[in-house]
Amino acid sequence: MYVEMKNIYKQYGNFTASNNVSFGIEQGKLAALLGPSGSGKTTLLRMIAGLETPNSGDIYIDGQRVNDIPAAKRGIGFVFQSYALFRYMTVYDNVAFGLELQKMPKDQIRTRVMELLEITGLSGMEKRYPNQLSGGQRQRVAFARALAPRPHVLLLDEPFAAIDAKVRTELRLWLREVVTKLGITCIFVTHDQDEAVEVADQIIVTNHGEIEQVGTPFEIYKSPDTPFVAQFIGKPSVVEGYDALNGFDAIEGAKRAIIRPEFVKISRLGKLERFMSAAEEGIVEDVVFRGNHLDVTINIKGISVIGEWSLEKDTLEIGEKVNVLIYRLYIIDEQQNRTYLCENKEMQEEDIFYI
Amino acid sequence: MTEQEKLERQSKRTRMILIAVSVLFIFLMLVVPLAAIVVNSLKEGFGFYIQAITTEYVRNALKVTLIATIIAVVVNTFFGICAAWLLTKFSFKGKQVLATLIDIPFSISPVIVGLAFLMTFGRLGWTYPAIRAINQWLGTNFRIAFAIPGVVIATIFVTFPYVSREIIPVLNAQGKDEEEAAALMGAKGLKIFFKITFPQIKWALIYGIILCTSRALGEFGAVNALSKTRGETFTLPLEIDALYMSGTDVSITSAFAVSSILVIIAIIIMVVRNILEHRSNKKMEKGEA
Ligand SMILES: Nc1ncnc2c1ncn2[C@@H]1O[C@H](COP(=O)(O)OP(=O)(O)OP(=O)(O)O)[C@@H](O)[C@H]1O
Ligand SMILES: [Mg+2]
Repeated sequence: MYVEMKNIYKQYGNFTASNNVSFGIEQGKLAALLGPSGSGKTTLLRMIAGLETPNSGDIYIDGQRVNDIPAAKRGIGFVFQSYALFRYMTVYDNVAFGLELQKMPKDQIRTRVMELLEITGLSGMEKRYPNQLSGGQRQRVAFARALAPRPHVLLLDEPFAAIDAKVRTELRLWLREVVTKLGITCIFVTHDQDEAVEVADQIIVTNHGEIEQVGTPFEIYKSPDTPFVAQFIGKPSVVEGYDALNGFDAIEGAKRAIIRPEFVKISRLGKLERFMSAAEEGIVEDVVFRGNHLDVTINIKGISVIGEWSLEKDTLEIGEKVNVLIYRLYIIDEQQNRTYLCENKEMQEEDIFYI
Repeated sequence: MTEQEKLERQSKRTRMILIAVSVLFIFLMLVVPLAAIVVNSLKEGFGFYIQAITTEYVRNALKVTLIATIIAVVVNTFFGICAAWLLTKFSFKGKQVLATLIDIPFSISPVIVGLAFLMTFGRLGWTYPAIRAINQWLGTNFRIAFAIPGVVIATIFVTFPYVSREIIPVLNAQGKDEEEAAALMGAKGLKIFFKITFPQIKWALIYGIILCTSRALGEFGAVNALSKTRGETFTLPLEIDALYMSGTDVSITSAFAVSSILVIIAIIIMVVRNILEHRSNKKMEKGEA
């Protein structure tokens, strides 16, 4: 592990912002800290950078305990949520600032700054002040400034939050590319799961100052460890009394379950070709246009389930009866803080029958 | 008439009313009295005016005023910046108490301040034995009360909050991000201050210095308690008061003439500030590549 946090506690007064946090990131990997607002993401990032001191616990970078090493000596580049560009300095001076502090000769500074402005697509803007740049350009100046002193670790606090959706996608891919090319270990904070899934090698899910789960985007998505993760990732509908549904049995102590749209197949009444015995009959309650598909809410025995409906097919009407097949669901046990993945057992039995 | 037009017309009317009220107020409260000074000071002719502002007393008062003002502004700028920086960028116990203490000069009448200093440094004051001992030891005759040091100290006290009060809101509003970014890259305290913080507070600081200067130039109450000798420790406001109080037509005209010196200094300060601001705005705009 290149960057590692071990049993970190952080208190603000009597509020616990980080509660026994441990995780590690391998060298050259891109990790995302993903969690709701106020879950302690920024706090973790600031402790790694040395802008905040944990009350207890150890932080390691490259095998060395850095708790007592000042922020400036940790070899870290930091991109602030607000960018924190030096507003009274030109773009050039912003990027050159860290290099000047390293006492690098002037001509080398010039070469390095120009190189970075080139990489970030800001050539020709070196004489501008931050207030003369667009949001995306400011963002890239912040990147260039953080990268200039060749940090080993790059930390980014919600780097794309203030940028419009289209530019955001470009910048994400760009970040991926740059980080991979330079071989920097990178941690970025986000509360946008699409961003985390798309960019990160590893996702660290935070909630109430604790780590809920660490894993690849696939693992987080496929097998959420805790009820929180199951409810946070994807587009979950929470259902009560899930054992009323065909093919699912109750688990002792677990009252609720999570169903994602991709677990649900909706068919027109009587048009379902297989697994008739596993299917349910439901009534369309609501239809919402989502751009490239429809979100359809269906009432099955009093349980509301959301599924997707292709725009290619004739649209469903509210009140229409449909067949619904639920492939699987996550049963969540809040007491034990666990989730169970349950496949529709009627479907499996029928599967075997067919084979 | 559409709703839009109605709204526009209404807001136009509001603007006109506000402008009229402001202009009228400024005219009555500021322009008329200042004009009165000019008119009155030239009542006996220009020759008399020059004579009135160049008497021995006035020249000495101007000197004392300038000394007190310059020292007060320098001292208060330095401590004002330190206090503001401390209060906004660090957290520590007793911060609120310190913030309140800084404001004390705003809430105490200058006359009381003057008396307080008199009771501290005067013949009856508790520091008097120490001062006397030092004077005996060095063979000097150094005094604070009824001497220039007393005038200076009183001026410093009365004008203390102006600089810090102007900068603190700006420092608070800007947050610590830029400083933190600079510190992460390895910048140290003073470097951060001069490269990052100072440019942010520059205008507030200049404004604070101007307020501090104006207040120092005009200080009357506190200085009045600590200064008793015309032609030696009198400042311009005291001299003006003395001239006015002697009550003859001639001396009242002289009082106005001397007052005009303070008005002229005030105008010069404002002009200088505007030139500086204008220049710096231009420089920022030139960044356009
Ligand atoms: N300096 C501070 N003093 C007191 N409480 C703080 C301080 N900084 C953060 N907190 C608290 O710690 C918690 C975690 O804050 P943090 O900024 O780490 O959240 P976050 O996950 O980054 O949220 P967001 O997504 O909204 O930025 C919050 O409840 C916040 O109120
Ligand atoms: Mg945050």
